[in-house]
Amino acid sequence: MENLIDKAKKLFGGETMNIDLMPKMNIVVVGHVDHGKSTLVGRLLADTDSLPQGKLDQVKADCQRNAKPFEYAFLLDALKDERAQGITIDTARCFFKSKKRQYIIIDAPGHIEFLKNMVSGAARAEAALLLIDAKEGIRENSKRHGYLLSMLGIKQITVCVNKMDLVSYSEEVFNQIEKDYRAFLQQIGVVPEQFIPIAAFHGDNMVLKSDKMPWYKGPSILEMLDQFKKAQPPENQVFRMPVQSIYKFTADGDDRRIIAGKVETGKISAGDDVIFLPSNKRCKVKTIEGFNIPAQKSVAAGHSTGVTLTEELYLQRGDIMCKLDETLPQVSSLLQVKLFWMNKRPLVMGKEYKLKIGTAKVSVYVKKINHVLDASNLNSAQKTQVERHDVAELVLETKTPVAFDLTGDIEATGRFVIVDEYDISGGGIITSMIRDEQADVRDQVVLREQKWDFSIVDRGARAKKYGHQPKFILLTGKVGVDKKTIAKEIEKDLFESGCKTYFLGIGNLLRGLDVDLDKKARGEHIRRMGEVAHIWMDAGLIVVATASNLNDEELRMLQEVVSRDQVMIVNVGKNEFRQGLVDVQLEANAPAAESVKKIRALLTEQKVFAV
Amino acid sequence: MSTKEMNHLDKLEAQSVYILREAYANFKSLVMLWSIGKDSTVLLWLARKAFFSHVPFPLVHIDTNYKIPEMIQYRDRLALEYKLNMVYGQNTEALKNKQTYPDGTIDRLSCCKNLKTDALKNTLAGTWPRWRMDHNLKKYVPDEDKEPYTGVIVGARADEEGSRSKERYFSPRDKYSDWDVGDQPPELWNQFKTDFAPGTHIRIHPLLDWTELDIWEYIERESIPVVPLYFDQGKGERYRSLGCYPCTFPVKSTAKNIKEIIAELKTGKFKNIAERSGRAQDKEDGGLETLRKQGYM
Repeated sequence: MENLIDKAKKLFGGETMNIDLMPKMNIVVVGHVDHGKSTLVGRLLADTDSLPQGKLDQVKADCQRNAKPFEYAFLLDALKDERAQGITIDTARCFFKSKKRQYIIIDAPGHIEFLKNMVSGAARAEAALLLIDAKEGIRENSKRHGYLLSMLGIKQITVCVNKMDLVSYSEEVFNQIEKDYRAFLQQIGVVPEQFIPIAAFHGDNMVLKSDKMPWYKGPSILEMLDQFKKAQPPENQVFRMPVQSIYKFTADGDDRRIIAGKVETGKISAGDDVIFLPSNKRCKVKTIEGFNIPAQKSVAAGHSTGVTLTEELYLQRGDIMCKLDETLPQVSSLLQVKLFWMNKRPLVMGKEYKLKIGTAKVSVYVKKINHVLDASNLNSAQKTQVERHDVAELVLETKTPVAFDLTGDIEATGRFVIVDEYDISGGGIITSMIRDEQADVRDQVVLREQKWDFSIVDRGARAKKYGHQPKFILLTGKVGVDKKTIAKEIEKDLFESGCKTYFLGIGNLLRGLDVDLDKKARGEHIRRMGEVAHIWMDAGLIVVATASNLNDEELRMLQEVVSRDQVMIVNVGKNEFRQGLVDVQLEANAPAAESVKKIRALLTEQKVFAV
Repeated sequence: MSTKEMNHLDKLEAQSVYILREAYANFKSLVMLWSIGKDSTVLLWLARKAFFSHVPFPLVHIDTNYKIPEMIQYRDRLALEYKLNMVYGQNTEALKNKQTYPDGTIDRLSCCKNLKTDALKNTLAGTWPRWRMDHNLKKYVPDEDKEPYTGVIVGARADEEGSRSKERYFSPRDKYSDWDVGDQPPELWNQFKTDFAPGTHIRIHPLLDWTELDIWEYIERESIPVVPLYFDQGKGERYRSLGCYPCTFPVKSTAKNIKEIIAELKTGKFKNIAERSGRAQDKEDGGLETLRKQGYM
């Protein structure tokens, strides 16, 4: 054994090499308990000369003194003690190196809350080694971890069949495990890079090829690691930049209004036409901004950046900035997902959670549980909730539509976490989009925005001149609560304070624009009202309208036709809408002046007059 | 046309900037700790990257009164030059009552607890006075603002020392500033813990993935001004880590500038010597992990 280590050191160790200078790659080691994770890590550290001098001999001597067999786990424990004294080797992040690069093993074994740590570590890994004990064979966590790796998006997976010495280095045993585990991985769409038979404790096929298994022609573990590819930011995909914030720092006369975010995929240049989704706002990039960098005309995937636009659009964190001439993300409130759950409290139907995807954060409910899978055998369990460590296929419904991609298309905008109260409790990937009730209207509106012919008077300039942003104030409620009086009073009040405003009587549409429609075509009447309001808003006006007996879906449709953040929904009288949909609630018989005051207050709060 | 491939500094920068912006978007009462050392100065620079030359939150320094004088001069020079919202706090009671290690009344760890940990906790909580740089008067004045700071950005690096390697980017502390190492929130796909129960506060660690060499290479690339104490002034020694002068010792080195420090680190000279080895308090019983559990940064 010593001999092998010396040989390996000669080949792979370099006394003169400073590991800080080498390219780095994060890897994660997973597998069922006792299948040899510590041994593999310890042996890699030893064989690549990544241990403090004399450490290995010292631990072995300790073992001999105490008459216990040496285990690499003791070596890792010893390193941990030493680290506590200030030397920079670490079991939470072990470092070792090949001739090609430095490897960082994130989250070596030994944590209590295993799954949360494994997921946090593995999500940052670029490659994974999954261990299976040759003698014990495939066990529960062999499968669960394989499944989690695939959901976490780790593409480079090598399966190490360990403890080959315990099965007399049998090719048949190895082949059988490979066949069975490959079949399992195939079910979840994972194609492993390689299966390697090893005896980690003895160093077989770790760094050097083992002479005990001449039938194995593939690479050793270290050779395999060196074959893994470094991921580069996906610049060749379509452009996606989730908006992190909109900055306007006025100190020192800075008048830039910067849309900040990290380019997840693709590339953007000054002059490009962009659209923000799901809010459906279109604009053009004016400049690419940065601090202490040379002026740049474009910026590509991987960079945290900022852009200014040719117009001062009202935008919010959470939208995805996309290029108008590229494939756009999906927008829906219904998502088909795969999810894993990490919280002691189960994920249940009917409870409100928060969904975080990109920089967006919206309320979400479980609409349907398709399957709860036992991740260890992929059998469906008959469950009405998702418990800790379960993997499930679900339909989620968000309170407001979100923009996303399918994980298969773009990873960064295709995965999400779920927050239960204060804790990130689940993670998942979006496998398909389900068209919700507003899908048709939404498609039509995207097309409308893409083709919209803008005037040369820009929207920001118009708002500045008029002293306010455009807005659509929609009053609804039962027939007979006198919404119209309030609506007209608001119009008058705004008009008298200098606003450009207009009361849009829905009856005026019925006998004009809508004259071709059947009286029963209620949805279309409402859509057209929305489109008319949209045109007036493009003209910069505050539009006030009333409509009786609207329901949740009709309001949602209007929020599609007119951008969601530009609609103020006022309900008069009894409120039967879904929670959170109504912006202002008014009493049925309150004095009009009071109602006007309330609406004005909210307009001010929403910064409609701040231009 | 393909753009230039990102190198390791570009990637580290992009990730740190992302974290800083997430912190700013999610926490109203946010501050950045500035120890005046190289790491938190890089952090300050990254904030200017993230916010396009502005620093939209206060910088908090805990002044133990035993800092090497050049550090304080440098702090105030940059505070004025970058127009920073600069705040400092201090354990004035302990200093007045001579409850410090240099006074000979207590040991090093207790001194750290008094002058740093307690001062930090109470400065963040707003329970002890704060002093704020008045940019018109160009001097510090008592701060009217007593609001607690609930989000604290810290320049800790994972490779510095064992206990720091277990940190998350966003790490909650309960109302006693306790850190539960065994049960930390999961962090994946750049989604961090940004929701928290009243009474907890969050520490944010944008530099977790940086190494000592990365820090110096970035300082060189960006021409970030650093305290000259890091360089050999002709005596054949320099500071590798800065702290209070009674407890911080220089290392043997003839590196006179940033380039020479980088060259020195590249030789692997300090490979097996902890960066904080010049910090005497780490060697006391329990060391930094004990201090950190109590709320030390």
